[in-house]
Amino acid sequence: MTFAVMFYVIAIITLGSALMMVTSTNIFHSALLMLVSFLGIAAVFVLLQADFLAAAQVLVYAGAITVFVIFGIMFTMKGDARKTNRFSKNAIPAAVLSLILIVINAAMVLKTQWPVSSHAPLEETVSSVAELMLTKYVVAFEVTAVLLLIAMIGAIVIVKEVKKPS
Amino acid sequence: MDIFIVWVEIFRHWLTVATGIPILAEIIVKAALTLGVIIFVLLNLIVLVWLERKLSAFFQMRRGPNRLGPAGFFQFPVDIVKMLGKEDIVPANADRPVFLIASICAFLTAIMAWAVIPLGRGLILEDLSIGIFYFIAIGSTGTIAFIMAGFSSNNKYALLGGMRAAAQMISYEIPMVFSLLGVIMITGSLTLSKIVEGQKSIWFIIPQILAFLCYFISSIAETNRGPFDMTEGEQELVGGYFLEYSGIRYALFMVAEYTHLVAVSAIAALVFLGGWNAPFGLTFIPGFIWMMLKIYFMIFLFMWVRWTFPRIRIDHLMHFGWKVLIPVSLINIVLTGIGIFVFRAITG
Repeated sequence: MTFAVMFYVIAIITLGSALMMVTSTNIFHSALLMLVSFLGIAAVFVLLQADFLAAAQVLVYAGAITVFVIFGIMFTMKGDARKTNRFSKNAIPAAVLSLILIVINAAMVLKTQWPVSSHAPLEETVSSVAELMLTKYVVAFEVTAVLLLIAMIGAIVIVKEVKKPS
Repeated sequence: MDIFIVWVEIFRHWLTVATGIPILAEIIVKAALTLGVIIFVLLNLIVLVWLERKLSAFFQMRRGPNRLGPAGFFQFPVDIVKMLGKEDIVPANADRPVFLIASICAFLTAIMAWAVIPLGRGLILEDLSIGIFYFIAIGSTGTIAFIMAGFSSNNKYALLGGMRAAAQMISYEIPMVFSLLGVIMITGSLTLSKIVEGQKSIWFIIPQILAFLCYFISSIAETNRGPFDMTEGEQELVGGYFLEYSGIRYALFMVAEYTHLVAVSAIAALVFLGGWNAPFGLTFIPGFIWMMLKIYFMIFLFMWVRWTFPRIRIDHLMHFGWKVLIPVSLINIVLTGIGIFVFRAITG
């Protein structure tokens, strides 16, 4: 009962802030509403007893991604902030595309057999996550690390404008 | 201090019987405890502001506040009354809703860290299994409040202050997290109570002295205090991100800064200085007193540094963070790994 109430409150906050983010005409407000939406997802993780994932969500999305989005907004801002997030004129194609996406997603959600675990939730998730990450999924883990490194080096090269040796 | 835990248990039991709904009783107990923690932090603040004024005066060979009460102790309460009487001004061109919630967000992110900080054995709101990681995650969201304040004020200086705060806090978060990693590797746990229990025989400041220095320097930058207080550099930025704030909203930013200061001092005391473990077998003094002594020792160090060193330049700050602190903290992780391996090889 409590779980259901909590879930619906969190779901309304998450989806509501996501909707307001799209409809807001001030891009700075949109970024902040996106932050609320990220925090809502972290709350969903907490409800699912995935406390490590929730903290990682807060650290990465709320703490880092949103700040970088706001940095981007600050560097490209011109004029009045209240009219920065204008609506596109292609409303009809966008509506059709969104509808198709919603239908596909809904079909997938409804068709999937959701398994219900009979195990009690883990007391400490971090050690199990770490063990899986460094044994079974070590290749994926390392590839992600290399990918992030490449992205970082790429960003530095773009900023520094490395000159060709003549 | 065990008597306190017993009281809470009695209170919880009585509430469960009185209301008949365990969940409601739990919520009321938690709310009461949270209020207790907030009051504790705010009480600390009164001492802290007085201490800062007196210490800064001492380091600069002045007298400091000395008119009201013993050694000027009642200066700050009177200041609060003055603050509350000020007009709450919102600039005409400010982004009104964001401007209004920014100061509350700053305080909220600072106070939320206290959910996992224990002040003695069992004196903790929620002993999460990811304790220290929660502290890091909540600390990282503090940046947003400063950007919100800087951006919504619609003022060049405030915006610059907010940008500096964001750049500085993001850069110094990395060495701060890395310096805590060494300790986590030794104890093998993120739970703060387990980290403290692991320091019964030796405090982690001795094997992790490098990490302690990294943590100390980067937490000065995290709390935006001197010599790293570029965000509010009076000479260049007038006042930084809270330039346009007045009255109680300005006070909230100050409260947030001091709350954050107590929190990072408490983490330093817990992780490196043995928490509530008594040194030299002086166990007749309760753990809570030891914890408070260690927290105030750390706060004294922070204030000492603030009033002794001149403010450094923003680009020097960035260079120092990325080119010195991060490599040093990475080296510390490698050394800790080798140390653990050698230790296991010797002891078997």
